[in-house]
Amino acid sequence: MKDSRLNPERGVGERIPKGTWVRIHRVVLPAGERAPQVPEDTQNVPLEMWVKGYLKEEAYIGETVEIITLTGRKEHGNLIEAHPTYHHDFGDFVPEILEIDRMLREEREAGDTSGTTL
Amino acid sequence: MAQHYEAVMARKNEIMKQAIGMDYSRFESGGIGFDYEAMMRDTGYALSDIRAIQSEYGVGNTPLIEMKNLTALARKYAPEGKGARILVKDESCNPSGSFKARRAATAVYHAKKMGYKGVIAATSGNYGAAVASQAAMQGLNCIIVQETYDSKGVGQPEIIEKARKCEAYGAEVIQLTVGPELFYQFLILLEETGYFNASLYTPFGIAGVETLGFELAEQTRARYGKYPDAVVCTNAGGGNLTGTARGLIAAGASETQVIAASVDLSGLHMASDGQFNKKSFTTGHTGFGMPFSIYPDRSDVPRSAARPLRYMDRYVTVTQGEVFFMTEALAQMEGLERGPAGSISLAAAFSIAREMPEDAIIVVQETEYTGAGKHIQPQLDFAGKNGIELKFGNPKDQIPGRSIIFPENPGRIQAVDVDLDRLRRSLIRTAIDAHDMKNKTIGSEDIAFLAAECRRDETYVTSVIQSLEEDRK
Repeated sequence: MKDSRLNPERGVGERIPKGTWVRIHRVVLPAGERAPQVPEDTQNVPLEMWVKGYLKEEAYIGETVEIITLTGRKEHGNLIEAHPTYHHDFGDFVPEILEIDRMLREEREAGDTSGTTL
Repeated sequence: MAQHYEAVMARKNEIMKQAIGMDYSRFESGGIGFDYEAMMRDTGYALSDIRAIQSEYGVGNTPLIEMKNLTALARKYAPEGKGARILVKDESCNPSGSFKARRAATAVYHAKKMGYKGVIAATSGNYGAAVASQAAMQGLNCIIVQETYDSKGVGQPEIIEKARKCEAYGAEVIQLTVGPELFYQFLILLEETGYFNASLYTPFGIAGVETLGFELAEQTRARYGKYPDAVVCTNAGGGNLTGTARGLIAAGASETQVIAASVDLSGLHMASDGQFNKKSFTTGHTGFGMPFSIYPDRSDVPRSAARPLRYMDRYVTVTQGEVFFMTEALAQMEGLERGPAGSISLAAAFSIAREMPEDAIIVVQETEYTGAGKHIQPQLDFAGKNGIELKFGNPKDQIPGRSIIFPENPGRIQAVDVDLDRLRRSLIRTAIDAHDMKNKTIGSEDIAFLAAECRRDETYVTSVIQSLEEDRK
């Protein structure tokens, strides 16, 4: 479970050329300025935003930058990552799924005649 | 213009009018009610027009598949003579992998016709991919705004996958942490870009789902010589059920029972940062299904076209463990590997089929695509790593956010009925409160509207209003 914000392992201080495809991060509403209806645990944390685009000027990871998004909008925020990609996958082995499969296979092998037991 | 929270929210109506190109005030009566059918007609598209638009963009005409092995399994666990034939409408065959393509095709077509340069949708679900896909086909820009992460920066794998899919279709994706202020960011984007609000809840979106009900009625009749006895719709915002039911009626299948199904996530707060990653379903759950049934106008348009209590014959809940189990059964016994959220109505149908006679037909009206992140294994792995206990037993013993219990045998899958009368009473009470009509005389036009809203007669509404007044005293 990866933290999606800037972390020291991601090359703080690395120089990123202008025009690079990057991901930025920004706080939209600070804690304490959240909508009144949200529960307390959410009130106590900021509303944060991530967006991708082309870097407008050369910058270092960790700096505040401007980007141009896919729809041509300007956005600003903290430069956290160059060449962002996806890391989601099929997860680790879940033994319970294999157990469900075994149960269903037994059902199938027992046939569909009503009253058949395992 | 001022961009702070209150200032933007205060401009909401003005921004919406611009972003939908529809003046909702024309349908208002000044009281609680509004002219729902006039609003639906105002799209200017007949069902046949919508079928033609969808067909032009590769949407609809999905297969209706008989679940022979699941039907046999249901009969094994049913009383003698019971066990309806289960059919599944394989909506994952739509271009973006879900029935949401139907909603998106119509909305994007309309946006283009009206001259908008792009579309925006606020959604963490399959609808984002659907809008992105249709925008790509129809040549418009697209922005999708998602609630993706908790305050630790950890994202729901299912939502991260949907972001990837939107980007695969060329959309710009804005990702946020938990909270309803997503709507604030959404308004800022609408104002900044002048794009169309491809909301799930406009008449265009809902009219797009009508073809689903219409098609499945036609397909069932062509193959089995009759309309389905029941159709099960996964219920969150209510649009799936509303559109499907309207399509069934348009096809002539007005006797078909329309059943809503949601995953039971009771006890989890939808806007809670701490509980965000304790959910194993990000949609199709009671956290949306209940509030949107009671108060449809909580959506992102002034008047929602999704009004599920108008069409619902029955509402059931199923548990997370039951849905995961049925998702696996769909793959293992029917050879259809699909996403878990699309199997909510399948789990409900597997239970309800066992109450129905063998010659009856029950239709599950959707499936969804599956892939990395959005699949039983990564979702259960994620649950386990978030401290959720996984075990076998009676699924009803689950505590959402703490445990997921898989049925120890298929007979344990048992849909639980929601008290519709309680929902109807809540709808009436909420409508009165929302329009500030407490302690005021409610006119006959509003009573007729409320009767239609909860599918009861005017005497019913009057008696509920009386009992609410007595409660207040």
